[in-house]
Amino acid sequence: METALHQTFTEKKSKRIEKYLGTNPKDAKLTLSYFTVSFIALLVGGFLGLLQGLERAGLLTMPAWFDYYQTLTTHGILLILVFTGTFLVGYVYAGLSHTLGGLIPKVRKMGWIAFTLMVIGTALAASQVIIGEASVLYTFYPPMAASPWFYIGLVLVVLGIWTAAFGAFINVANWRKNHRGQHLPLLAFFGTGIFVLLFTATLGVTYEVLTLIPWAFGWTDTVNVLLSRTLFWSFGHTLVNVWYFTAVSAWYVAFPKIIGGRQFSDTLARVVAVLIVILNVPGGFHHQIIDPGFTEGLKYMHVFMSLSIGFPSLMTAFAMFAMMERAGRRKGAKGLLGWFKKLPWKDARFLALFLAMATFIPAGAGGIAQTNFQLNQVVHNTLFITGHFHLTVGVSVALSFFGIAYWLVPHLSKRVMTPKINKLAIWQIIIWMVGMFFMSGAMHTVGLFGAPRRTAFSTYFDSATAASWNPYLMLLAVGGTLLIISVVMVVYIVFHLMLKAPKGETEFPIAEEEEDASPTPKWTERWSLWVVLMIAVISMGYVIPIVDLIMNAPPGSPPFKTW
Amino acid sequence: MKMHRFEEIWLIFAVIIIIGSMVVTGYQTFALGMGPPSHKETIDPQKVDQTAPFDNPGVFENGENEYDVVMTLEAFNFNPGDIEVPVGSTVTFIMTSKDVVHGMQIVDTNVNAMILPGHIQTISQTFNEPGEYLVLCNEYCGVGHQLMSTTITVK
Repeated sequence: METALHQTFTEKKSKRIEKYLGTNPKDAKLTLSYFTVSFIALLVGGFLGLLQGLERAGLLTMPAWFDYYQTLTTHGILLILVFTGTFLVGYVYAGLSHTLGGLIPKVRKMGWIAFTLMVIGTALAASQVIIGEASVLYTFYPPMAASPWFYIGLVLVVLGIWTAAFGAFINVANWRKNHRGQHLPLLAFFGTGIFVLLFTATLGVTYEVLTLIPWAFGWTDTVNVLLSRTLFWSFGHTLVNVWYFTAVSAWYVAFPKIIGGRQFSDTLARVVAVLIVILNVPGGFHHQIIDPGFTEGLKYMHVFMSLSIGFPSLMTAFAMFAMMERAGRRKGAKGLLGWFKKLPWKDARFLALFLAMATFIPAGAGGIAQTNFQLNQVVHNTLFITGHFHLTVGVSVALSFFGIAYWLVPHLSKRVMTPKINKLAIWQIIIWMVGMFFMSGAMHTVGLFGAPRRTAFSTYFDSATAASWNPYLMLLAVGGTLLIISVVMVVYIVFHLMLKAPKGETEFPIAEEEEDASPTPKWTERWSLWVVLMIAVISMGYVIPIVDLIMNAPPGSPPFKTW
Repeated sequence: MKMHRFEEIWLIFAVIIIIGSMVVTGYQTFALGMGPPSHKETIDPQKVDQTAPFDNPGVFENGENEYDVVMTLEAFNFNPGDIEVPVGSTVTFIMTSKDVVHGMQIVDTNVNAMILPGHIQTISQTFNEPGEYLVLCNEYCGVGHQLMSTTITVK
């Protein structure tokens, strides 16, 4: 009885999906606009990354009117904030439109307002960096003070994110009102989680930036340095986890369909999404393990809070490989690893997502290792960290986003990817992997030897120790050069798919459940409960240090411009 | 939610990784005293030069083979610089910043600490191997950040 009911439910669901195949053209335009900004940011940011790599290897010196640190600040903002942020909104909105039967007009309008705010905010912040008034890097730690307009630009970006988040919440609430008793489609469920986490992550940093604006204008004298830093990291690390969360949504929702399989377990996917939302925010504190002003006991609790984020990722690892094995066996694979050969290796969408997942194995393991006290102390602020997040964000997230673009862009532009372009995309992905292998590999290694991150080329007054790093820095530049080739290729492919590829229908891959899957329990839908639990976990992590930072604060710091 | 036997085994493995990390890290920190630099004293960042001990930065012998280094960091130097200590000495660095956030790292050792204005940070290291150690700032602190370095000579 239960199975029969469930089957009709699944059938209904797939019918509904078919009905809306081909996202509504107005929503498609919104998402394609976001993607246009996203891939232009990737191109510019990637090019700046190449310049950094070459300077770091001593092969070129950036001119004084646009020095290494301006390059670095712009690279960080464009790639970790703009490329990813605009991609996220475009992708989640397309997903909502597709699975919930179109965006409601009010929400579409909010999508455009968010787009405008994010573009203006980015342009304002970037303009300050370019004129040399904000060489403060993506982390903008006070008491280094940028021009107030830099911070105002950041506030506009955050307001854009909030507008997009509330648009998504309104659309989801509207759907739930009209579909009582039904489960929110999995992609919309992930979308909700992504925006809940992104919105929460920005709260602390918004407070920080609002204290920095009057200080940068000179209306207040001093700022609480450690409080600002702590609030920043409640955002900074959560942000990258939101990008990862976005990639994971495609792993669960689209990937099984691409390989001709079924979802491993709808319930497990939802539990993973909920855990990522609940556990994430305090994870950022591990950036402060060697800071003064916090006791070892407090830091120890935060090691646990950071490690706990590894748990849902380990669940995902199991689900993905189990699902791939099942799909392969269904196609007649034999033996222990026969299923591996049955995977669609010549499909660029598959290859991008698969390598993204596979790379998260060493990337996640590195993350677990460097969260522990003593290991953190060895690698903190060395190039090891830069190597780490070029695996997590630079491969697991970026390759997932490329894979998504390879079906979502033609789906939205009503075009198809030809076999020739698919082949080009495969080469793009391979070059990306080889480039990252050299760059991230060199960064990890030389970081263990002590080479610092975020530092222009330096011989440290002809230090023999520093000279021993040079061969690795050369490998880093080689990797960076391969990566820019791959960036140019992916940007070309995306705009080709958007504007030039032959007309046709491209599927929005949404995996279905196994026929004998047990029904997803109702409690997974209780978002109010998940938000309460998230607040409880954030309070556990932050009430003690923040009260202490305010009550026992040293006299504050005046602004400095040291560049 | 039914779980496959292998999935259960995998999740137990996941829990072991996390608990194992906590046990090892906790033991090293609280039993062996190998915790990360976590000094809690504060200072007025605009009056560093007038506040003891930073009104007199330098290397001070504290006992047999025991030294204190009272050090201020500012864009873009360490004061004192070019330090010399004998082989086998244990050196405690007592540091604060006079301007922006800095990082203090001694390459080829595990000395690595954030130095924030308004906060005093301490970290100790025993130097058993002779040689010249590179000390560098590993937190971006301005246009000359890549030049902010000094040495510790152990002989």
